[in-house]
Amino acid sequence: MHIFAKTAATAVALTLGAASASAEGKLVIYHWFEYIPQELLDKFTAETGIEVTMDTYDSNEAMLASLKAGGMGTYDVAVPGDYMVAIMIGEGMLDEVGDGELKNKGNIAPEWADPSFDPGWKHSIPYQWGSTSFMVDTAVYNGDIDTTDILFDPPAALSGKINMLDSQGEVLAMAALHLGIPQCSSDREQLKAMNDMLQNAKTHWASFNSDTAKEVLVSGDAAVGQIYDGFGAKARAERGSLKYAFPTQGYVAWMDNVVLLKDAPNRDSAIAFMDFLLMPENIAAVSNYARYGSGLSGVGEYLDPELASLPESNPPASAGPAVFIEVCDEATQAVYDQIWTNVKK
Amino acid sequence: MAGAAAVGGSVRSETYASARNWLLLPSWAVLGIFVLAPVAMMLVYSFLTKEFRGGVIWEFTLAAYDQFFFDRGLFGDEPAKIEWTYILIFWRSIWQAGLATVLALLIGFPTAYFIATRPAHTRTVWVFLITIPYWVNLLIRTVSMKFLLRDQGPLNDFLLWTGLIDDPIRIINTNAAVQIGLFYSYLPFMVLPIYASVERYNFALSEAAADLYADKWTTLRRIVIPSVRPGIVAGCILVFVPSLGAFLAPDLLGGAKNFMIGSLIEEQFKGNAGNWPFGAAASMILLTLVLIILVFLARQQARAEREATP
Repeated sequence: MHIFAKTAATAVALTLGAASASAEGKLVIYHWFEYIPQELLDKFTAETGIEVTMDTYDSNEAMLASLKAGGMGTYDVAVPGDYMVAIMIGEGMLDEVGDGELKNKGNIAPEWADPSFDPGWKHSIPYQWGSTSFMVDTAVYNGDIDTTDILFDPPAALSGKINMLDSQGEVLAMAALHLGIPQCSSDREQLKAMNDMLQNAKTHWASFNSDTAKEVLVSGDAAVGQIYDGFGAKARAERGSLKYAFPTQGYVAWMDNVVLLKDAPNRDSAIAFMDFLLMPENIAAVSNYARYGSGLSGVGEYLDPELASLPESNPPASAGPAVFIEVCDEATQAVYDQIWTNVKK
Repeated sequence: MAGAAAVGGSVRSETYASARNWLLLPSWAVLGIFVLAPVAMMLVYSFLTKEFRGGVIWEFTLAAYDQFFFDRGLFGDEPAKIEWTYILIFWRSIWQAGLATVLALLIGFPTAYFIATRPAHTRTVWVFLITIPYWVNLLIRTVSMKFLLRDQGPLNDFLLWTGLIDDPIRIINTNAAVQIGLFYSYLPFMVLPIYASVERYNFALSEAAADLYADKWTTLRRIVIPSVRPGIVAGCILVFVPSLGAFLAPDLLGGAKNFMIGSLIEEQFKGNAGNWPFGAAASMILLTLVLIILVFLARQQARAEREATP
């Protein structure tokens, strides 16, 4: 089986290599920071002869802004999160991947066969998925942490020691779960209640930081911090008293996806790269590095065994639902923007 | 200066004039492409209609300026009141930048004076020492400052060890931390211009003042400071203006809890709001404020120079 996989990989690589010889042999990636091991990019270049250039960003919104401000036609692929894929499809920024163009598409796990943000994977392929919740330093507080109260109405021991992600989507989605209201509510009473609740919660928060979400927890600057599960696993490795919470009210789920950008200068290379990442062996290298799930079947044998038992990716029975961030219409979004400005003014 | 060559009245002055225009062309091109064009673009964008999720629609509107100055409630349908949010953000930034400037002046002036009064051959070494930390990227220096200031950082550890305090002082994620960050980031911009002025100052004037029974304070106030005033004004501008638009210190040291002008504008382009016209409008208002301050200072300077040379 293993030998077969290797032979298949070589065969695919040879075919791709032949294909890319006629193309320019370049690929320009727009990717999140610290999200792909360099060795994997080197392997791609070794197998296909395609030279890879990569720029990075630190939020979905920053990526959208820079593509809209003239980045289209520069990059071949980007790696937006679920809701951002839906937005980019709506904006007409993504090219369609034709049927049969991706030879390894069948490797996508059955449970991810038809995602709501890109039905039928017409423009994208799964990259990594995971959750966003928060971690608590159990050395500072040893009560029940599986509740969103920890973030929005914390016990005295944690007040003033909370770091939130500096991201409107993640904070407001969590706030909606805390209040038990829909994410894109247009009910005025609910929105006012959310605005008031956040104004009060803010008095308990120490900072908003996304890039250093892990660092502030490890250093002890924050005793509570919103964080992604894989980042959380890395934080726990450095400070054992940190524990990832699965609130009964629910938590945020996400999936990052490799999309084919419209006007990609090296479309063939982009397809080759997507096919490369659809191979279990390659995407497993990403999972081993980033500590997230992959969305492909057949990755098990390539994974670091420790990944299967990570407390950050195994919610207890008491955990609430994992919800994706929703995309609101323009009028509703305007109110959420106002609420966010009120939080940060 | 440039005019002096032209009014020289020589036979070849016309040739000079036309050559000068050609030689200035690269500078004009650089100014035009890198200064005027972006500002003009920002001005135009600030009057355009916002496109949902970033971008603009080419229709004229005052919506961005309206959003800045008028508050129509959470849902945008209440009668307009004055919007204090953004004025408050601007005021906070101006206050922070102003305080950083005053602090930098209080530390920077004596430092510059000290360096300028050393023997000539050691001055270069002192200036060199001042600039060394600034070879390192601002981001890295700001993060390092964060490590120094935090609750379990070296500063608190030291103070706890000396017994001066019993509990760590909360500095990180406060306005004081932003203040320290701004002051530290821009201090050399205060020291260097003042040093350049003090170095040219004729110390015989101080001796003369002393001979005429002026005490040291009077000499400093009536003789030294007026003489090195151009350096002080330049230093203040160089510290105040970048502090006003800073977003590294507020984000990393202040915890990004309160928008400053820089982070407010950044949010309009890179954040969820995606409101480019509003970001452009806020930038234009900031630019106007800075220009007013600069014109005011330039006029002061001109008046001071007129008074100095009767």
